[in-house]
Order: sequence, then C-alpha cells, then structure tokens
Amino acid sequence: MSRPENPTLSDYRRREQSVTLSQLDEPLAAGEDGSETSEELLTLNFGPHHPATHGVLRLLVTLQGEVVRDIKPIIGYVHTGIEKTAEDKAYWKVIPVVERMDYLAYYFNAMAYCSAVEKLVEVEVPPRAQYLRVIHLELNRIASHLIWLGTSALDLGAVSIFLYCLRERELILDLFEMSSGQRMHTRYFQVGGVMEDIPRGFERKVREFLKLMPERADEYGAILNSNEIVLQRLRGTCPLDAETLLGLGVTGPLLRAAGNPWDLRKADPYCSYEHFDFKIPVGTVGDNYDRFAVRLAEIYESVKIVEQALDGLPEGPHITEDRKVALPPRHELATSMEALIHHFKLVTEGFRVPPGEVYAPIESPRGELACYVRSDGSSKPARVHMRDPSFVNLQAVSHMVKGSYIADMIATVAMLDPILGGIDR
Amino acid sequence: MEVKRERLPRAVDPSGLRVREENAHQLLRGNELEGPNRPAHLEGEDLERYVHERVMTTTLDSAVAWARSNSFFPLAFGLACCAMEQFHTAGPRMDIARFGFEAFRASPRQADLIILAGRVSIKMAPIIRRLYDQMLEPKWAISMGACCSSMGVFNNYALVPADKFMPIDVHVPGCPPRPEALMHGILKLRALVQDKAEPGWRGRYGAVGTEERP
Amino acid sequence: MPDATGLELLAAELGDAARETVYFREQATIEVDPTRVREVLGALRGKGYSFLASVHGVDYYPEEPRLGVIYELLDMARVDRVKVKVRVTVEEPEVDSVTPEWPTADHQEREIYDMFGVVFRGHPDLRRILMPEDYEGHPQRRDFPVGGEPVIFTRDERKWLEEPSEPA
Repeated sequence: MSRPENPTLSDYRRREQSVTLSQLDEPLAAGEDGSETSEELLTLNFGPHHPATHGVLRLLVTLQGEVVRDIKPIIGYVHTGIEKTAEDKAYWKVIPVVERMDYLAYYFNAMAYCSAVEKLVEVEVPPRAQYLRVIHLELNRIASHLIWLGTSALDLGAVSIFLYCLRERELILDLFEMSSGQRMHTRYFQVGGVMEDIPRGFERKVREFLKLMPERADEYGAILNSNEIVLQRLRGTCPLDAETLLGLGVTGPLLRAAGNPWDLRKADPYCSYEHFDFKIPVGTVGDNYDRFAVRLAEIYESVKIVEQALDGLPEGPHITEDRKVALPPRHELATSMEALIHHFKLVTEGFRVPPGEVYAPIESPRGELACYVRSDGSSKPARVHMRDPSFVNLQAVSHMVKGSYIADMIATVAMLDPILGGIDR
Repeated sequence: MEVKRERLPRAVDPSGLRVREENAHQLLRGNELEGPNRPAHLEGEDLERYVHERVMTTTLDSAVAWARSNSFFPLAFGLACCAMEQFHTAGPRMDIARFGFEAFRASPRQADLIILAGRVSIKMAPIIRRLYDQMLEPKWAISMGACCSSMGVFNNYALVPADKFMPIDVHVPGCPPRPEALMHGILKLRALVQDKAEPGWRGRYGAVGTEERP
Repeated sequence: MPDATGLELLAAELGDAARETVYFREQATIEVDPTRVREVLGALRGKGYSFLASVHGVDYYPEEPRLGVIYELLDMARVDRVKVKVRVTVEEPEVDSVTPEWPTADHQEREIYDMFGVVFRGHPDLRRILMPEDYEGHPQRRDFPVGGEPVIFTRDERKWLEEPSEPA
C-alpha cells in the first residue's frame, strides 16, 4: 500500500510513514557458512504506549533473534515545558509547577528548588522546619520505592505485590493529607521552611505507620526473595560496573547497587541529615537483583530516619521569620501594618531575589536531583533547570541490556526506575 | 435415598417477593402444569398478573446499555501524575473492581474506555489519536485531571488539551483528582451510557439546555 | 566547593583558557573560552573532578553573548563541586562536544541543542530529544513565547466565537 507523496512533509515525517511490503520480495542474504537462511537484525518499536507501566517511554530495540543488540530510548512524549513555565511565574508560584516534574518524588523536587532559592536569598531554615522536611522527604522516599516495587513486580508478573504496595502507599498518602491537605503535589515545602506546622495526631499516626512498615517490607522481601521466577529473572542479569556508571553520570540506587556508596545524604549532608544515624545499603555485583535489594533495604533505613526525626523534633517556628520571604501568620495581619504590607507584596509581586546563579543538589529516590536557578534581580526566576536523575540514568540502559534477552530488558527497565515526568520535564 | 418433593405452604401474603420467587422456581420446574394455578386456566386479570410477575420488558437499547456500562474495559494508559492516582483507583482501598472495571486491557483493540491520565504533549497527541482510532465502537473517553481537560497548571507551548484532537465524554477535574473523584467521573460515564445522566448542577441552576453535547 | 582562594589557584593553573571566576554563595564558577572546553574539563579531571553531574544551558538575554552552557563537575573523593561556564552567541552557537570523554553528556547536550540551539561539534547523534524532530524554534530561549491556550471566560465567550483566529 503506497501513499501519495506529500511534498510538504519534512524528512522525518516521510521516514515515519509505513514500510512497504516490497522489502520482503528481496531474497534473504546467504549465511556465512553457506546456509540458506541468515539472521537479520529486527528493529522493534516498544512504543510509547505499552503495558510495562513506566510512563511513555519509547524504545527502539534492535534484536537478533531474542537477543538485544542495541537499544535507543526516544523520549519527549510527556514534555511539559516546566522550565519555561517556571520563568513566567513568581518564585513562590514556581513550587507547584516544579513539583509536578518527577511525579513520584514531589517533595524532593520542591526541596531542590527551595534549597536553591534559599541559597540565593540567603535565608535560614529553622531547625523544626528542617526536621519536618526530613520526615516528609523520607516518607516520600518510601512511597516512591513502594510504587517502584509494585510496578516492577507487575512487570515480572507478580500482580499481588502491586496491590500490597498500594495498600501501604495509601497510608502514606493519608499522612500527607493530614499534614498538608493534599495527597500528591502538596506545595508543603515553601521557601524558608514548610507551609504549616503538623497537626495534633500526626506524630501518633506516623508512629503507627512506622511500626507497621518494616513488617510489611519483610513480607514483600519474603514473597519475592523466595520466588524462583523472580530470582532467576533478576539474579545475574544485565550487570554494569561502577566505572561505566560513573562515566555515564548515574547516581542513586543504581550506583550503590554496583558497589559505590555515594549518597549525598551522607557525603554532603543538607537539611540536618547529619543528625541522623542510618546506613547506606550497597550492592556487590550491580545486577538487577542488587538494584532490587538496595531499594528494598532503603525502605528500612528511611523508616529509621523518620523515627529519629520524630524523636528529636525541636520546637520552634515552622518557617523563617524573615517576613520579606515568608508570609506572616494570619493573626498578625489584624494587628500589624507591616505584616499587612509584607503579605500584600508577597502575594501580588513576590519577593525579589538578588542576581546570581546557584546549583542545589539533593538525594532523591532515583539519584542526584539538583536545581539550577539563575535570577536576574526581579521577582521571577530567569532560568530554572532541574537536573533530573532519571534523565541521566536512562543513558545507562543501552549499556546494560546489550547482549541480553528481551525479558531481561524489561526487568532492567523496571529496575532502572525511570520516571518519565522527570526525564521529559 | 429417596428424594421427596413437596409444595411449600403458601405464605400469608400472596403477592410478596418471596412468594413470587418461589412461584417462578416452581414454574421453571414445570410443577405448575398440574394443579389449580396452571397457566392454561388463568383468565383476564389473573393471567395478566401471572405474566407481570414473571416477565420483564425493556428495550434492546436499554439492555445493551446496561451491559456495556457495567463492564467497561479501560485501556491501561497512564501518562503522568494522574496515572498514580489511577493506580490508586484500581488499588485495594478505592477498588475499581467492585464496579466491574478492573480488566485494564493493554491493547486498544480490546478496550472500550480510554482514561487519559496525565498531560498530553504535542509529541504524544497523534499517538493518542491513533490509539483512540484503533479502539472499536462503542468507545468512550474520560479526560482525567486538569492538564488534559484544559491546560491545567501548565499553559504553554508543549501541551494540547485533549478536546482538540479527540471527543471526550467526561472531564474529571483535579490535580491530580483523588481516586474518589475519578470513580465519580467513571460512574457519571456509566449513567451517561445508560441514558440516566442526571442534570447535576445544571438542574439546580436552571441551565439544563447549555450542555455542549446533546 | 573550593573556597575563593582555591578557586583562584585553580583558574591560574588553567592558564589563559579561563576568562573569569565567580565565587557566589560558596559556589565556584570558572568561565572558559568556548573553543577550549574539552581541554579544561580534562585538566579538571586530572585534578580530581571526575564526575560530570550536569550539563545545562542558559539564555542570558539581553546580555551578550547570549547562550551559555554550564558544566557541573563533582569531586567525589573530596566532595567538591566546581562549575565551568561557556558562553556563545546566537549567530555562532558552536561548542565542542565533550561526549567522547564524558558519556553522560550525550542526552544532556541533545537537550541543550533542542531547547537553545547550541550546536555541539562532534556529538555522535545531535537530534532533538524532547520536542518532535521537525519542530521549528528553540523553546527555552527567552524570546520564544510561552504559548498555550487562551482561557475563555463566560463573559468573553461571545467575543471568541466571533473572532476565532485571535492568537493568545
């Protein structure tokens, strides 16, 4: 079936039209040993819509039989222009926009951006706010790992783990709803601290959850670690050594699974992480099983961090006292004229930031998430760039799957934990 | 072992549901071909009541709509953050399976409901249109979240509202909509398919004629 | 971050490739001649900055030269970060690609090409990565419009119905 040539089509569109069947009329090339048939490389398109639910990732896979010879990821199918939109809004209003980038680790996006702006404005975050931030960040890390575990197990065929993980995640989202009113994308982190102090009963509910979570994580470990199919699919498949990973810029659980214990929470502590005692799970071989085990172990460590943060939660303000940056509390608006003026200025125009450029990295569940903010002295940022870990980690997938089977490729993409919202921004 | 069949004693209220049920059972067993209540002997009002108790009439459209609306096969299609809430709708708490919609199909040829969960970028729009075209009639579309219904949080060059390239039946607002909200949207679609759509706010504010689709 | 004196020593060692140094909020930036980027990054790698964390672009409109590419380097052993900045004009937006030595720059340079129009010489596969391949324009530049759909309120509805071709 041939289409009429449309002269206005660009080269790319013309290449995209369907292949005609005339290519099959040519005889197959003879094999090297004189045999009739030879092996041809088949290019398969794992289109942007496929049931391995990792978002709209398109993979062009070149196969020889069932062995993957090359893989090319094509992205951009959920590109939202977040960085461009952020240039249009006041600094305060960028927080909800930027939160929707890596949509499983929303507190981390907000944290990176708020760190960058706080560095620029030179405002100090009070200790209570830092501890509250740590609590929410680590709870979000657990939630992100739960979805990763659920969807990866779904890819490998274990459907019930998906439902179990969603059950736990519902509890975490209930906690977020308790502290900020929203389940996802909560706008809880503000420049200078957090939006509101935690309500009464929050601590009790978090402790109940923390008592429950390690048992549940034990259950998941027990189910998956003794399952022959999961072990065979994950053990020994698609390993990659730490050298290549460092060259590719990969950080996070992938690097830790390969043996390099690089974690920004320990190496370059930010936001009071140095007050907590926790371990960094590190793998040995760097295959899919290590990536899985490292993330599962991180859930236990996050539980420990939240417990320590709750135990040591200091008293104090939940946001900076600098009224030029943070909104004054509502009761002050009735009595103080300056508070009213500050409130008005902040809500209509926003605070002005001195000109400069800052790069603020943090450790998200997928690796090094950093925010680069350039300000030109006005109340809107001149450039906001999020260095997303999944965007950089995706480059490693072609090195990992060369020479393995398709099924291993699916398992590897699952263990890579790509979040297309972060990749495409 | 001997099986003995006995007529149950007639209940006090001859028109109660249990009695009608029991009569229907007996009708199916063919026990009423003998005895005083056999249908050939009924006349006039008795015959009418007999038929009324046993036969339900409806239109073919209503019956088919009832079957279709109670067994949507959604397409497993998640784009961005709303997909996470879509997972939660299918999760244990807000169980989509109690309505019968848990069969998320991977192939568009086997699905009849596409839930656009997430932001639609300009690169993805032709692909979604192709997926929608590949679905077989009858098909419905729910636009979940603010980003595909309108432009949502991001009003910029990279996004397309879903109304621009495909017909949408129900828009579910929210960023992201709670699982309850998505369920409400799906149930509204169910009511729409069964032709029992309630006017909602339009009825309360006297705006019934202002819908975009009839 | 190397402190201010450490930054000056580093810049002095790089010689005439380094044009300017900035030490702002305890973060060190070295602005470098665009033609000598690979040399500078190689020298910094010798000093221990062996991890390229990020390559991102900036549009400095209205300051010339407009387009900038910033390389974020990280020394994992001493937990030290340094930025290398390169600025090019819109008329000659060419920079050498560092992909051969730093494979992580592959997708990131493609993104800068896509969003800003900076052409990386020697890149193995310079195509658009986030926008469709036949898109025209470089969206992240400051003079590219944000775009989007007009928000039609009920009071304006009649006006939009009468003039449907009005841009946002």
